[in-house]
Amino acid sequence: MTESAVTDPTTALLDVEGLTKRYSGLVALSEYELRLAPHSIHGVIGPNGAGKTTLFNLLSGMVQPTAGSIRFGGVDITAHAAHDVARAGIARTFQNIRLFGDMTAIDNVKVAVQQRLPISLAMTLISSPSYRRNEADVTEHARPILDRMGLGAMADRQASSLPYGDQRRLEIARAVATNPRILLLDEPNAGMNPTETAELLDLIRRLRDELGLTVILVAHDIPLVMGLCDRIQVLNHGELIADGPPTTVRNDPDVITAYLGRASDA
Amino acid sequence: MSALRIPRRTLVLLLAASGTLALLQLSGLAFWQGLAINFAIFIILVQALNMASGFTGVFSLGHIGFMAIGAYTSAILTLPLATKSEYLPNLPGWLAGIHLDVAVGPLPVGFFAATLVAGLVAMVVAGLVGAVLMRLSGHFVAVATLGFLVIVRVVLFNADDITRGSRTFSNVTPYTNLWWAWGWAVIAIYVAWRVKFSGLGRAMFAQKADRWAARSIGISILRPRLIAFVAGAFLSAIAGSLYAHFITSFSPTVFYFDLTFRVITMLVVGGMGSVSGAVIGTALVLALAEALRRIEGATLLYGLGGILLAVFFIAVIIFRPSGIMGQREVDLDRVLGWRPRWRRGRPDAEPSRRG
Repeated sequence: MTESAVTDPTTALLDVEGLTKRYSGLVALSEYELRLAPHSIHGVIGPNGAGKTTLFNLLSGMVQPTAGSIRFGGVDITAHAAHDVARAGIARTFQNIRLFGDMTAIDNVKVAVQQRLPISLAMTLISSPSYRRNEADVTEHARPILDRMGLGAMADRQASSLPYGDQRRLEIARAVATNPRILLLDEPNAGMNPTETAELLDLIRRLRDELGLTVILVAHDIPLVMGLCDRIQVLNHGELIADGPPTTVRNDPDVITAYLGRASDA
Repeated sequence: MSALRIPRRTLVLLLAASGTLALLQLSGLAFWQGLAINFAIFIILVQALNMASGFTGVFSLGHIGFMAIGAYTSAILTLPLATKSEYLPNLPGWLAGIHLDVAVGPLPVGFFAATLVAGLVAMVVAGLVGAVLMRLSGHFVAVATLGFLVIVRVVLFNADDITRGSRTFSNVTPYTNLWWAWGWAVIAIYVAWRVKFSGLGRAMFAQKADRWAARSIGISILRPRLIAFVAGAFLSAIAGSLYAHFITSFSPTVFYFDLTFRVITMLVVGGMGSVSGAVIGTALVLALAEALRRIEGATLLYGLGGILLAVFFIAVIIFRPSGIMGQREVDLDRVLGWRPRWRRGRPDAEPSRRG
């Protein structure tokens, strides 16, 4: 299952140029640039309304950009529909958890796993050998993913009945189940206490190391990104105001004014 | 191992149903036979709508349009040549020559073929219509499918040469009996059950729960919806064909709002998304309607039944909006007393050790 490492680390896995989104007058994101190194953990921070979620919606194809381009593994995916972006290998979670609430935890993962298999109505109705093999395959792949997230015991629970932290992890499990190369995490620690957050950081590192994933993380929790990320970008009012390793960004005067300013006033 | 493993509980149920049908057939009780056939036809219609709407969350008001297409297609195809030339003299040549009134021994295979063709015609129409409409959601898709129902009616009214327009279409051979109706009803239940507990069903329910999340894991929203819509259209057309050969004379007015809302009531009462719920809802509403019809007859308060049925529907919407079953299923093992445990998971996931 593990993707082999991209051979040439100088090639960007994701190459974003001039990405811009305007909503009739409001510029949600302006001239965003990114060259994402494979196997890195990349942080995007910024105050509320800075354009972080817009960025994720653009990268995952949920929203079409006004201008700019997104190249993934050398392929231009700017105009791809969201489900094609997901199939190409970019998975995401949402700031407000979006699970399939009526379905069981395992079914939430299975429905993501099955996307790499062909499904036809005719094969389903006659319960053909290939159909049954596929279903068995899906179950076989889904179980370990739940186990990895520590949700093995919750497999048959209805997703909406799970505790909050488990729901967050189930959403990550579902994203991982699509077998992505890039995982976009939108405020994954929102609503979590420090212990849960620490566990989450550990989980994200393990996903990177064990599955060979590249992670982009949106957060407004500064300590979280500082400790975890290889590189950090700071957005403010839709514009990129800083970009570099955590130590550089932490000391950037623009960042301190725009984002940390309030902290130093206090 | 055979491709179709039938669990023991299903087998028991099928045998019991066959026995009941055989008794009903032998009893000669025409009223109850008619009611049983009606029940079967409604089960097919409700399961069709269940797949198209209950599984996907796309509220379709147009499925009775597919029933109409099925009824007319099958009725025209099975007319004997002599009747046809006299009754529909202006049919296009290629259609005028077809007469699926052949039988092998006691088995009217022509009727079976005509029913299948009716289903396929509806599927093609549904594919074309659905490719556009299934991109819509919420109220938009409800209104658009309602538009489809209106269009079908207008076409039926105006295609005089083929449908006799607003005049009653009669002389349909009464092929439909208990066995045909229930045979197809069992198939409809089987199809809905299979789809629900398959990858396809998971995709349908997933995009029903959250379209954004579904897209984010690679589900193309259109595909599962379109499959459900087309499969529902096929089953609706089958029900149409059975209805045509049961009632033997009908006009386009039959296939309209009344029937649409009757079927929706059955589905909502049973639980949108529940296969067993759909059967329960159908039985309940059918029984209620029949009882109310008798009360109307006795009290001479005509129209009372419709009002009370509407009140019942509103009460269900208010007090139990997800219907009797919600999206859950009746556990047959428990009902049959084999395994006293409420199981919510996937009943067909593994072959029962006792089956």
